[in-house]
Amino acid sequence: MIRRWRTAVGLVLTAVMLFPVYWMVNVSLTPAGRMRKSPPDWFPAAPTFEGYERVLREQLPYFATSLLVALGTVALTLALAAPSAYALAKLRPRGHRALGFVLLVAQMIPGIIMALGFYGIYVSLGITNTAWGLVLADSTIAVPFAVLILTSFMASVPDELVQAATIDGAGAVRAFWSVVLPASRNGVVTAGLFSFLWAWSDFVFAATLDGGGSLRPLTLGIYRYIGNNNQEWNSIMATAVVASVPAAVLLVLAQRFVAAGVTAGAVKD
Amino acid sequence: MQDTREPVTVRPAARAPGRTGRRRPQLLAWAFLAPLVAYLVLCYGYPLVTNVDLSLRSYTVRTFVHGGAPLVWFDNYATVFADPTFRTALLDTLVFTAASLLFQYGFGLALAVFFARHFRLGPTLRALFLVPWLLPLIVSGSTWAWLLNSESGVVNSVLGWFGAGRIDWLTSPSWSLVSVIIANIWIGVPFNLVVLHSGLQNIPAEVYEAASLDGAGAWQRFRHVTFPLLRPVSAITLLLGLVYTLKVFDVIWIMTKGGPGGSSTTLATWSYQLGFGSMLPRFGPSAAVGNVLILLALVAGLLYIRAQRRQEEP
Repeated sequence: MIRRWRTAVGLVLTAVMLFPVYWMVNVSLTPAGRMRKSPPDWFPAAPTFEGYERVLREQLPYFATSLLVALGTVALTLALAAPSAYALAKLRPRGHRALGFVLLVAQMIPGIIMALGFYGIYVSLGITNTAWGLVLADSTIAVPFAVLILTSFMASVPDELVQAATIDGAGAVRAFWSVVLPASRNGVVTAGLFSFLWAWSDFVFAATLDGGGSLRPLTLGIYRYIGNNNQEWNSIMATAVVASVPAAVLLVLAQRFVAAGVTAGAVKD
Repeated sequence: MQDTREPVTVRPAARAPGRTGRRRPQLLAWAFLAPLVAYLVLCYGYPLVTNVDLSLRSYTVRTFVHGGAPLVWFDNYATVFADPTFRTALLDTLVFTAASLLFQYGFGLALAVFFARHFRLGPTLRALFLVPWLLPLIVSGSTWAWLLNSESGVVNSVLGWFGAGRIDWLTSPSWSLVSVIIANIWIGVPFNLVVLHSGLQNIPAEVYEAASLDGAGAWQRFRHVTFPLLRPVSAITLLLGLVYTLKVFDVIWIMTKGGPGGSSTTLATWSYQLGFGSMLPRFGPSAAVGNVLILLALVAGLLYIRAQRRQEEP
C-alpha cells in the first residue's frame, strides 16, 4: 500500500519537475496567433508545425555545425584523455599528484574567463569563426573531467590483466590499446557522452569566438531568435526542442553512464 | 542503476607492475602524458596568461587587433572596484550562489531520501529527474524566460488562480534576481539528487536497523543517522555546487542580460557585458572582473580539495 502511494507521489514530483520541459514542447506546437492568449492553452489544442518548419528552413546548417563541433570535441578529448589517464592510473610517474591537482583546478576556471583569453589569442592569430577553433576551446570544458574520470575507471582494471599481457610480450602501448582501453569501455562512453553534451550546449565560446561568420552552432541560432523577434516563441521553443534531442536520446540510451558521470564528477580521486 | 557507483569507489591499486628499472617507466609514462601537458599549457595556461595581460593594459578595439596597448598596471582593477556596479555584482553573485546552493541541496536531499526507498517506477522516475541537468543551458534559460513572461507566462497565470497579482518576473528590478535563481535551482536539483542518492546507498542498512531497534522514529533516524553519515558527501556536493554556481553565465544572460538596471548582474555576466556586451568593448576591465572571479573560484576550489582530502582519510 505504502509502495503504491510512493509511486503516486513520485509521479507527481516528476511531473512538477518536468513541467517546464512539457511546456517547451507545448509552446513549440502553439500557433503564433494563440501565443499571447490568457490563460494559455494547456495542451496543443490546435497544433502547428510552423515553428519546426522554420527551424528546418533556417537552422539546419547550425544543427550541422553543432554536430560537427561536438563530435570533433569528443574525438579530441578522448585522444588526449585516454593515454594520459592510462599513465596516471597504471604507470603513475613521479608528479602525477601535482598533475591531478592541476586538472582539478582547471575544472574550476569559469568558462567566461577562458573565453576572453581565447578571444584575445584567436583575434591576434586571425582564427575566429573556425570550427576547429571552437573545437579546441570547447574541449577545455571536458578534458580535465575526462582525464579524471578515465583515470578512476582505468585504475579499477586489475593489474593482473596488464601483467598477463606484459608477460605475453606486449609493450606499454599494446597493454594500453588492447587491454586497459577495452576494459574501461564504460569510462570511455561516459567521458565521450559528457564531452558531447557540453560541446553541444556550449554558448559562451560560441558567442565569443564564433559571432560573425555563417558557421554558427545551434545555441547561437536560438540566441539570435530570442534577440530578433520576441513574438515567435514557437520557433524559439521548436529550436529548443531540437537542441534538446541529443540530451533526450543520450538519457534513454545511456542513463546509467550519465548517473555514473554525475557521481564521478563529485567524488573523483 | 545500482552499479552507478562502481568506478568511483574503487581505489587505485598499490603499485603499477614492472617498476624494476627506474628511468624507463618514468619516461614512458611521461610520453603518454606529453600531449595532455602540452594541451594544458596551450589551452589553459596561455589563455589565462593572456587574460592577465589583458587586465593590465589599456585596450581599444584598434590596439586589440594590432597590438601596442600601453601597460597601465592596476588601473583597470581600480576602475572596476570604483564602479558602483562592482558592489551590486559582488552582492548578486553571493546572493545568487547562496540561495541556489541552499535550495538545490535542500530539494536534492529531500528527493534523495524519497527515492532511496524501493517502489515501482522509482529508478525510472529518478532517471527522468536528470533531464533538466542535461538540457543545454540556453534551452533551460529561454524556456524559463517564457514561463515567467509577465503577460503570457504560465507561472503568472497559475498564480492568478490563487488571486495573486501579475508579477513582472524578468522586467522588475526586485524580481529579476529571484527569477534567475529559480531557474538555476531547477537546473541544479538533479545533480544534488544523484550525488546525495549515491551517498545514501553507501550507508549500511544495519545502522538503520539498529536505530529502529532503539526505537528511533523516521525523523530521528534522519537527524541522527542519515544526515551525520552523509556529511562528507554533503560537503563535496555543496562545494562542487559552489564552484559551478560561481561560473553560471548562460542562464542569467539569456533570461535578463543582467538587467533591468544591473539588478541581476553577477561578476560573470558583468565580465561578459564589459567585454562582449556592447559595440564598445572594454577588454581590460572585463579581464579584471574575470580575474576577481577566478580568485573566488580558486578559494572555493581549494576548500573543495581540502574537504575531499579529509574525506579520503578514513
